[in-house]
Amino acid sequence: MEYQERQQVLVLYLASSALDSPVIGWSIYDGSSMETPQTGHQDEPPYGSGLAAMRDGWRLIQASPLISHQVGQEFRTDYLKYEFFFERWSTQNERRA
Amino acid sequence: MIRLNSQQIAKFVAEGYLRFDGVVPQALNEQLLSRFQSVDPSNHGNLRGYYHEAVDQRVLPIGASGLPLDQVFDAEPLFSALLAVPEIAGAICSLLGEAPRFDHHFLHVTLTPETQTRMQLPTAAQHYHQDSTIDPELAFDIQLFYFPQAVTEAMGGTRFLPGSHLRTVSEAAIARYQNILGQQHVVCPAGSVFIFHKGLWHGGGLNTSEMMRYLYKIRLAPGASQVRQWDTSDLAPIDDHQGPTFWREASGGSAVQEILMRPQPWFEYDVGRLELINRIKLWRYLLGDPAADVDYWLTRLERPQLIDRGPSL
Repeated sequence: MEYQERQQVLVLYLASSALDSPVIGWSIYDGSSMETPQTGHQDEPPYGSGLAAMRDGWRLIQASPLISHQVGQEFRTDYLKYEFFFERWSTQNERRA
Repeated sequence: MIRLNSQQIAKFVAEGYLRFDGVVPQALNEQLLSRFQSVDPSNHGNLRGYYHEAVDQRVLPIGASGLPLDQVFDAEPLFSALLAVPEIAGAICSLLGEAPRFDHHFLHVTLTPETQTRMQLPTAAQHYHQDSTIDPELAFDIQLFYFPQAVTEAMGGTRFLPGSHLRTVSEAAIARYQNILGQQHVVCPAGSVFIFHKGLWHGGGLNTSEMMRYLYKIRLAPGASQVRQWDTSDLAPIDDHQGPTFWREASGGSAVQEILMRPQPWFEYDVGRLELINRIKLWRYLLGDPAADVDYWLTRLERPQLIDRGPSL
């Protein structure tokens, strides 16, 4: 039986640039599962903060930079601002995939 | 018609939607649902085939975008009756003013799991998106979401994010966001109508029930001024008066201003303040009052007491 590792990605959207600030949005993409990702299926976040996810074994791989505000666009709001990508590796039974 | 009051307008400005539960008479719901069901998706191998037949059979009338709304449904008494429901006619008039324009309409059918599987469609809820395309204008269209049947949780009613309407994004660019604090799912009695601001983030839910879910959606644009079209008789001086900010008595304030400043649980700490500022800009637009303010947010930045404000940094 062959086992291979698959990447799991957790995206947390935080209330500020601080990793210990609260989670306001989240997404999970699991490369070790054949289940279809769903949108809008959870009302409670998996972790209370980015730091809580790190304490549970998730590795931070990307964080939103702080970007200067363009002149004339200082008050425009658009995408969720504080986006943090985490990863974890999961062993998967290749035959079941 | 029953026009909106100022608190309803404030809620729309702050949250980007209004809901009217069960306002459409049941007899009309049944007639419209019967028409929507007159072409059955179960008889088709894919959605394209279903929609081809539904258009051919004129399940919805065909009308040119940009026409005055009252011309589109001249010969369609069921649709005319829907738009004449007093709460709906009043809300349209209150938000869009006189002579609103027809943009487009569509019949969204959320299939049963069996039909989805047979059509080889992914069994997934629709991603979050903002309709149309990037649109930073304060002037706004509205979209009516009419549910002719009772929508249960299992039927996957439309998901939406209150307060997201003033974020300027590009349609499905927000598809990555799976869950956001404060998101809501439509669960409603038959004959309910939700009115969304053009920018409200939303997506169709996953239908896990045994019933097809029907949603009739119609987008409307203003045909004339959107300023003070609602019933303003409840606007009080306190709604427009600059009182103390932050350090003030807990009671006795303006209900309208309180609604306008009510944050959403998903607001980032700093961006949430920008959301409040953008709400005030929209409130100014609707009031036709470029000096209106709440909690001193815009006046603080504008410094109207100065003749010469000097250059920016």
